Amino acid sequence: MSGPVLLPRSLDEAVAALQETPAATILAGGTDLMVAVNAGTHRPEAVVSLARVPELRSWRRDGDEVVLGACLTYTEMEHGELASLVPALCQAARTVGSPQIRNAATIGGNLGTASPAGDTLPVLAALDAVVEIRGPAGTRSVPVLEFVTGVKETVLAPGELVTAVRLPVLRGPQEFLKVGTRNAMVISVVMAALVVDLDGHTVRLGLGSVAPVPVRAREAEAYAEAHVDWEGAGNGRARIVDAAVVERFGELAATATAPIDDHRSTAAYRRHAVAVCARRAIERASS
Amino acid sequence: MSETAAFRLRVNGTERVVEGAWIGESLLYVLRERLGLPGAKNACEQGECGSCSVLLDGTLVCACLVLGASAAEREVVTVEGLPNGSGELTDVQQAFLDEGAVQCGFCTPGLIVTVHDLLERNAAPSDLELREAISGNLCRCTGYGRILAAAQAVVAERSGSGRSQRETPS
Repeated sequence: MSGPVLLPRSLDEAVAALQETPAATILAGGTDLMVAVNAGTHRPEAVVSLARVPELRSWRRDGDEVVLGACLTYTEMEHGELASLVPALCQAARTVGSPQIRNAATIGGNLGTASPAGDTLPVLAALDAVVEIRGPAGTRSVPVLEFVTGVKETVLAPGELVTAVRLPVLRGPQEFLKVGTRNAMVISVVMAALVVDLDGHTVRLGLGSVAPVPVRAREAEAYAEAHVDWEGAGNGRARIVDAAVVERFGELAATATAPIDDHRSTAAYRRHAVAVCARRAIERASS
Repeated sequence: MSETAAFRLRVNGTERVVEGAWIGESLLYVLRERLGLPGAKNACEQGECGSCSVLLDGTLVCACLVLGASAAEREVVTVEGLPNGSGELTDVQQAFLDEGAVQCGFCTPGLIVTVHDLLERNAAPSDLELREAISGNLCRCTGYGRILAAAQAVVAERSGSGRSQRETPS
């Protein structure tokens, strides 16, 4: 085998390959990159494929956290033990593309592409996920909200790659809602990921497709936290039953957004839909 | 200057050599234009339609979204290489014919590969599981009813309950 498509077999080899070939494009699942290559909008000079780096392919439990290798696919997030440890991530994974897409696309790719519509990003935001990065200078960890800096922009420097994502395992309900024009093969118009931490007494709401980067609805979170009956939450749900509180939570969620009009929707609809999704999420978490 | 790649693939059980490929060529392009396997169809080139569905190391993927050179040394199965026993057609292909699941035919190879993959993993899918499994394969002719009926016919055949007991297509 020859040619500038490099297939490293270990993380060290991958880092070395990126260092030796600074112009190389990083290839994970290919579901974003190949669309651009097929359309002629991206012509790679060289490619470093991460598909055969074993360190990136699996996940592990680490105390109160799970560490997901960057090349974990959506199909792998949808099923099994991981799905029960991080339910919102599983729900988000299931909404992505089609079975074919979910078999190929990866969580590291979702981060690397950093699309405003990246389906796992609101979940990672709600969980305060930490992105682990490896580069020529070593390793570093960056909170996901700092990792994504703009539309399809990240803090990744040349020669760096995402190796893993670190998430807490929390006790409490988690919900993921996504609005699109149909059930399968749809790019989101609005996403909301709600995570309730019954031990830490926090409510976290991550929103997607409503700003250049994933956002947290901090005001809505603080409002909800003040209205959850934490002592009465013994059944494992977050008890918010007052309809006026649910309504206000939705309104506050919408104020955290900065949506735009584009070919998929309008800013006004996105604001409306965020409020609806936030309300439904907290209702589901309460019931 | 365009960079080129040379690599080997195992396609439908046979070692195939690819030389002089542009590095950005998709697996779909390599299969169709370099290896003479036109079964996987080229339509959307963005993973939306599923008509290029193939198995890569046993996993169902859109060949248009796989960088050809990144599939080096891996095992590819296309619609041409599905197990068909001693016959010319697989049981899934035969069921598609019997049930009238083919109209223009463009989506058919992708759907055949997808249904084979599903039934390998789940011999008795529910209607919902079946619908979800083919959610990445677009058909603009049939309305899917005949395709679902064909898949259900295969399930019935393979489970031994036979053709007479399969669900009647709506």
